[in-house]
Amino acid sequence: MDVLALTQKFPQTQNLAGQDMTTFAVNSTELADIVKYLRDEQSFDLLADLCGMDWKDRTPQFGVVIHLLSTKNREYVRLHAPCVDDTVPTISDIHPGANWHEREAYDMFGIKFVGHPDPRRILMWEAYPYHPLRKDFPLAGIEVPFPAADVAAVTGQTVEPAPMMGGPFVSSGGLMSGAEPQALDQSWNEEKPKS
Amino acid sequence: MKTTKEISLGDIAARSEELRGESMTLNMGPSHPATHGVLRLSLELDGDTVTKCDPVIGYLHRGDEKIAENMTYNQFVPYTDRLDYLAPLANNVAYAIAVEKLAGLKMPERCEAIRVVCCEMARISSHLLGLGVYAMDTGAWTVFMYTFTEREKLYTLFEELTGARFTTSYTRIGGLTRDLPEGWLQRVETFCDGVLKTIDEVDRLLTRNGIFLERTEGIAPISKELALAYGLTGPNLRASGVAFDLRKDKPYSGYEKYDFDIPVGTKGDCFDRYLVRMEEVRQSVRILRQVIKTMPGGAWYAEDAKKIFLPPKAKIMTKMEELIQNFMLVTEGPQIPAGEIYFEAENPKGSLGFYIVSNGGGVPYRLRIHGPSFVSLSILPAIVPGNFLTDISSILGSLDFVMGECDR
Repeated sequence: MDVLALTQKFPQTQNLAGQDMTTFAVNSTELADIVKYLRDEQSFDLLADLCGMDWKDRTPQFGVVIHLLSTKNREYVRLHAPCVDDTVPTISDIHPGANWHEREAYDMFGIKFVGHPDPRRILMWEAYPYHPLRKDFPLAGIEVPFPAADVAAVTGQTVEPAPMMGGPFVSSGGLMSGAEPQALDQSWNEEKPKS
Repeated sequence: MKTTKEISLGDIAARSEELRGESMTLNMGPSHPATHGVLRLSLELDGDTVTKCDPVIGYLHRGDEKIAENMTYNQFVPYTDRLDYLAPLANNVAYAIAVEKLAGLKMPERCEAIRVVCCEMARISSHLLGLGVYAMDTGAWTVFMYTFTEREKLYTLFEELTGARFTTSYTRIGGLTRDLPEGWLQRVETFCDGVLKTIDEVDRLLTRNGIFLERTEGIAPISKELALAYGLTGPNLRASGVAFDLRKDKPYSGYEKYDFDIPVGTKGDCFDRYLVRMEEVRQSVRILRQVIKTMPGGAWYAEDAKKIFLPPKAKIMTKMEELIQNFMLVTEGPQIPAGEIYFEAENPKGSLGFYIVSNGGGVPYRLRIHGPSFVSLSILPAIVPGNFLTDISSILGSLDFVMGECDR
C-alpha cells in the first residue's frame, strides 16, 4: 500500500510500524474519510474485522481496531482509532458489513457509533445493564434481572453469576512462593461468598 | 350439469392484489430445523413474500473472548473447538498459528503438513454436513444419508488422531498434542477414494435435480459488490465471483507447496454456493493426496521453543530441568512476547480471524475472534426481502453458517 499518500492526505495519521501489517493510529474524526479513501483509492475493499478495545490505563480508555483487506493486492491494513467521549463515527455507510460489528462493539464495550443506523445490542439482550468485555466487568458476571419479566414475576428468578471456584487457574508470575495458580477472577471464592 | 371455470394467472394476481397491504410478523426460530442451531429470524410477511428480515442472534453467546482473557493460551484451545463446532480441527490450527505468529515461531515442516491434513479433513467434514443439510432443507432427504456415512468415517479417523470424535483440541501453541498414528495416512488415503465416489453420487442426485434447481437457481443472488461490501469470505464470497482464497493469496502452514484450484461462481445465487462447496471437497481431496505423498519426517513440534511447548513426558519424569520447564508452562502458560497480531485462516465457513493483543506472559490481554458465520448472517437483511418464505431454508442452507462461531 501507499503509506506516504495516506499520511500526506491525512497528516494526523501516525504510522505505528506494526509487526505483522501496516498499522496506523488515526484521528477518530477522520476515521470515516480514511476508510473511504482506503476503499476507493487504495483498493482496501473488504472489511476484515472491526472490534472494540478496552485499554484500561490509557486515555482515552476505549478505542476501535479496524482491519481492512485488499482482495486485489492481497494485503491487510490495521487502523487504531481512539474514542472521543466513548464515541466513534460509524463506517457502516462505507462498509455495510460494519453494521453488526459496531453493534457488537457497542454491546460489549459501550462504545457509541455516531450515525449508526441501528444502534441496538446484538449478543446480549436489549435490557442488559452492563458491557461485559470491559476490563472492570468480572469474568463470573453480575447478577441481573431475568430478561423475561413475566417469568421472573412467577419464579423470582434472576440471572446469576457463574460459579468460578473451578478455575481457570493461572499463576500470576513473579516469585514462585507467591505465585500459586489461582482463578484470575476472585469476585467470589471459598472465603468470600457471592453477595 | 358440471360447470367449469378456468383459473388464469391474471385472476390470481388480481386476488393477491386485493390482499396486499396486510402484513404479518412471523418469528422463525430460535429452534427451527432450518436455522441450524439457535438463530431467530424476525420476519415481516406480505402474503408469502418476506418484506423484512431481522436476524436475532446471541442465544449461544458464551463470552469466549472474555474467557480467553482469563486463561493461558493453551487452556483456550478447547474453547476454539466450540467456535465452528463442525470443523474443530481447522479452528485449533487457526488459533495455534495466530499465537505462534505473535511469538515469531517457525513450525517444522512435518507439523505444518499435519496441520494442512487436519484443515482439509475438517473442510471435507464441514462441507459434507453443509451439503447434506442443505439438500434436506430443500426437500432431498437421501443426500444427507450419503454424506453422513462419509462423515462418520472421518470422525473415526479424527478419533484415532486426537482421541475425540468431535471436540478435538489437537493443536498446542508450538506444535500438536501428538504425532500421527501408525498407518493413519493410508487410511486417510482410502477415505479419499470413498468420499470422491460419494460426492459423485451427490452430484448425480442433486446437480440436475429439477426440484433442487427450482429451489436454488436464481434464489437470493449476491453480487460481487454486495459480497465485498458485507465482507463475506470463504465459499460464499467465491460463489459471488471473487477469486479470493487465503490458502492461495496469503498462504500459511505451507499451503503454497500444494497444487489446487479455487472454484468460483458466476451469479452468487444459492445454486452457485452449492456448486462451489461441491468442488471444494474435490480440491481438498487433491490437497490431501499431495500432502500424504510428500509428508516430511522429523520433528512435529517446535523443539527450540522451550518457553512455549511442553517437553516430552519421558524427560519430565527423569530430568530436573524439564520438570521445572513443564511446571512453569502449565501454571503460567506459554510465554508470548508483547505485541499484536491479526491472523485469518481459510476455514470451511470463511475466514476465521484472531486478533490477539499481548502484554507479554502467558495470558492474552485481548483475544478477538472474527467468526465468518457472524458476517454471513449479517447479510440476511439485504438478501432475504423479496423472496418467498419457503426460500428462507434454501438461503440459510446455502450460506452454511454455524451459531457457535457467530455468537462466540
